[in-house]
Amino acid sequence: MSNTTKTLAREHDHARKIKRTIGEHFFDKFNFIFLGLLGLSMLYPFWYELALSLADADKVALSKVYIWPEAMSLESYKNVCSDINIWNGYKWTIIRTVVGTLVALILGFHFAYVLSKKYFPNRKFWTGILVFTMFFSGGMVPEYLLIRDLGLMNNIFALILPGAISAYNITIMRNFLMSLPDSLEESARIDGANDIIILYKIIVPLSMPILATVALWTAVGHWNAWFDAMLYIRSSDKQVLAITLRRIVLVGTNASTTSLSGEQMTTNMTSETVKAATIMVATIPILCVYPFVQKYFVKGVLVGSVKG
Amino acid sequence: MNATKVNSSTPHLKGNRFTRLMQQYWRCRYLVMLLIPSLVVLIIFKYIPMYGVQIAFKNFKLKDGIVGSAWANPLFSVFQDVFAQPVFWNAFWNTLILGVMNLLVGFPMPIILALLLNELRHEKYKKVIQTLSYLPHFISWVTLSGLFIQLLSPSTGPIAAITRAMGGTPYFFMGNVSTFRWVLVVTNIWKSVGWGSIIYLAALAGVDQEMYEAALIDGATRFQRVWYITLPSIFPTITIMLILQSGSILNDNFDQVYNMMNDAVYRVANVLGVYTYDLGLKNLSNAGLAKSTAVGLFKNVIALILVLTTNAVSKKISDNGIW
Repeated sequence: MSNTTKTLAREHDHARKIKRTIGEHFFDKFNFIFLGLLGLSMLYPFWYELALSLADADKVALSKVYIWPEAMSLESYKNVCSDINIWNGYKWTIIRTVVGTLVALILGFHFAYVLSKKYFPNRKFWTGILVFTMFFSGGMVPEYLLIRDLGLMNNIFALILPGAISAYNITIMRNFLMSLPDSLEESARIDGANDIIILYKIIVPLSMPILATVALWTAVGHWNAWFDAMLYIRSSDKQVLAITLRRIVLVGTNASTTSLSGEQMTTNMTSETVKAATIMVATIPILCVYPFVQKYFVKGVLVGSVKG
Repeated sequence: MNATKVNSSTPHLKGNRFTRLMQQYWRCRYLVMLLIPSLVVLIIFKYIPMYGVQIAFKNFKLKDGIVGSAWANPLFSVFQDVFAQPVFWNAFWNTLILGVMNLLVGFPMPIILALLLNELRHEKYKKVIQTLSYLPHFISWVTLSGLFIQLLSPSTGPIAAITRAMGGTPYFFMGNVSTFRWVLVVTNIWKSVGWGSIIYLAALAGVDQEMYEAALIDGATRFQRVWYITLPSIFPTITIMLILQSGSILNDNFDQVYNMMNDAVYRVANVLGVYTYDLGLKNLSNAGLAKSTAVGLFKNVIALILVLTTNAVSKKISDNGIW
């Protein structure tokens, strides 16, 4: 709200204070408390996992742990950290996140730059074949067979290339680029710069905000991805963290044998506290980075909502 | 400057249409160079799989490959096989029911949250709530499934503890067919409500403030201001979001369902995504791969038709289409 409106609203509400209905008063209170509880509900599940992961399962009944365990122990974390698969998982998840984000950003930004040029021939057509992939895809099996035929099985690039061109992200970058004034480019052209120089010397530095946002989105996508790794990565020493997490927490086994689908039931069940510790170990990096980067995510949504 | 140069109607460009087009591309040769790598990746990883959907019309053999396998006779026999399976229809209805539940219950939630946040006077408090509400959006369903399984556990979970404290018997929400769908719907709302509200909050920030001033002078109550100014102002945004979500009604959120499901709830958790995976990629049999592709194609075609239809309808009603 603009300042004048705010003042006006306040004066108005003030003048009506006596007349201000009990309903409105009640609503304000209710709204304040309700949203507070909603905020807590977003936080509590993570808090609960933390408490559970720190509980000493030998001394305290797990059904008594809701807020904080009475007896604490780091045993679960020791257990998780001694699992080589967790560290391998971290390694490959970091590799796929870094390389995957770079590849997606480089390919995507160039695509977006070309599509943002109104004078590029058949621009509508090139935009069309990109946008079409947002609404139609070959599906699971043809994609799987493609990776298999390309010989990318068990290769990190099977996790990087298929998602490298994201129609949604490219459209957002294109919209941003189209909002830059044409005069920038025209004056550079008069100075004798070609398209390449214009792109790297002028456009890229100006596009840092949108590049940061798209990079963060892509990075989160890679960090969380699991299904492609379940299909394409066979050996457990190349497996990503999400699959290791899935095997320990959802399938309930520590065994490092993986079948074709990446999951093989054994009777060896993992304790609840170790599951919680595994979840925390995988989530803590995101929880730590999140407060500092969340505003960039939000900015991107707003840029994307500008129609191009 | 370049824009006028390459305009196809400029008289100094000679030759037939094709030569002229090539000349235009030549003028943009640097841009073409930048485009090629992305285009190659796009074609290999998006369009070749689309070409691969012909498996659904073939007597597919893994050793003969996609092109080498013979066409099915009759051409739609794979689809006939699939449609004759009760499990397929189970998956189809499960997907549709879940989609409709997510749309009816889930769609209004971010709008309500945005309106409530907009009514908060305390800016700092508002910021904190917003930041907290976006958090689950960044956590994967693999992690969240593990988390919810523990939270809702009938033996150790806090929900069960509350039930016990109130004298009830803990209920196994994730293990019962009658509640599993609601677990999916509610956890999906929990994960996406905050992030979904951003777009509406942006729309709310763009509402013309003079309208509120005028309404204040006319003595409109707070509820009247929301009902007659705020809601109509964000209506175009609501329409677009509704189109997008209706178009994805058959997108069953495989990530969520596959990670949360267990054998006890298979009857309601078997959605098209799960069925496609179980049929084709779990054991890689020739017939299974063809059938799985057919199911995927069926789903994608319906989804495409839905998007096009909802967009056309919305354009007719309110001039607010996505394209």
